Amino acid sequence: MAGEATKALSNDVLWGGGRSPFSISYGKMMMWFFLVSDALTFSGLLVAYGFVRHSTTEAWPIGEEVFRALPFLHGSYPLIYVALMTAILIFSSVTMVLAVEAGHRMDKKGVIKWLFLTVIGGAFFVGSQAWEWSHFIHGGGGYITTTDGAKYWVHTEEHDTDPLTLSTRESFHLEKAREGHYLLPDESAHHLDHAAAVKLWNERVDYVDGANMVRNEYGPSQYANFFFFITGFHGFHVFSGVIINLIVLILVIKGVFHRRGHYEMVEKAGLYWHFVDLVWVFVFTFFYLL
Amino acid sequence: MLRDDIIEYSLDAHHSEEAGRKIRKNIWMVTLLLAVITTVEVALGAYWKEWFPESWSMVKLGYIVLTLVKAGFIVGVFMHLGDERRNVRLIILLPYLLFILYLLFIAIWESNYVHRMIEMFQ
Repeated sequence: MAGEATKALSNDVLWGGGRSPFSISYGKMMMWFFLVSDALTFSGLLVAYGFVRHSTTEAWPIGEEVFRALPFLHGSYPLIYVALMTAILIFSSVTMVLAVEAGHRMDKKGVIKWLFLTVIGGAFFVGSQAWEWSHFIHGGGGYITTTDGAKYWVHTEEHDTDPLTLSTRESFHLEKAREGHYLLPDESAHHLDHAAAVKLWNERVDYVDGANMVRNEYGPSQYANFFFFITGFHGFHVFSGVIINLIVLILVIKGVFHRRGHYEMVEKAGLYWHFVDLVWVFVFTFFYLL
Repeated sequence: MLRDDIIEYSLDAHHSEEAGRKIRKNIWMVTLLLAVITTVEVALGAYWKEWFPESWSMVKLGYIVLTLVKAGFIVGVFMHLGDERRNVRLIILLPYLLFILYLLFIAIWESNYVHRMIEMFQ
């Protein structure tokens, strides 16, 4: 970046009136103010999450045990999907900063190319998040609680959520969960055969499958609530970012900014887009990693 | 329409082809750095806990540090805050930090207390 912002000017000139002492245009300044207030909102959400997690005495689920699935694949891939989402968002942030750079050279073709890739990346991220929500809500089979308070994971080959037909399936079996822990198996428990599993199933006092706003199979109800609120709020920001970028892209193609003589609108949309990426970096650490 | 009695800060961000090449190189370097940091974070989460479970709290601290490094690069380079005047940087960052440091302090302090109370009356 060049120009006024890097010029060495004495305070008398800077603050003497007739110019912005910040050497920044009104629109960019206001975008920054908005981003600060939005950052405070997201920080509030993450701090609230930390507060609940730190004050609870229940077992709290851990990211790499909850988020370990990939579309179309079986097996366990801890956090790989979330890492892919992070990579998509960071790369769409890179294409955005390249679009801004092209705008500073009045390179209309370059702006269109990079902004288009940014929109594609953002759309991919929103789609990924939809898949993750769907997977989180459907769950992995759920668990039952027996009369003595022990928890057993329910396994069937095809994910059957109907409690009436579940236990009649050939592949139905139960796996004891470690005490005080939702997601790890109890290695010391002996293997249950089909008949014993059906007996335990029929005597269950509770069955939780998947996740909703009241309860979930991963941990305390606040866990799913924070998941829905934080990633949902962020996902909505990404969605609006995609829409804003799309509008700016159309205006760029129509040549509005080229006639205006500068591509500052791309830069302002870019600030918002980078902010969305920045928030995700924090969500990734504090919700998924820690 | 351009006026000559005011400064058009929007126009002033333009740079040459030569300068653009240098800026792009810098952008790709930062991209590489962010990708490497994210990969390291995921690898630590996937393997470290199984191999060295007793040092997990150190890794957690490392996560927070790496996150702040990533945030610094995104804000400083991608959002160009590092290129703005010092006054701009300060009016953006200082009020935010002031609120958040206080919020963090109060949240940690109070959640410790709530945790102890739940344990006591359980």
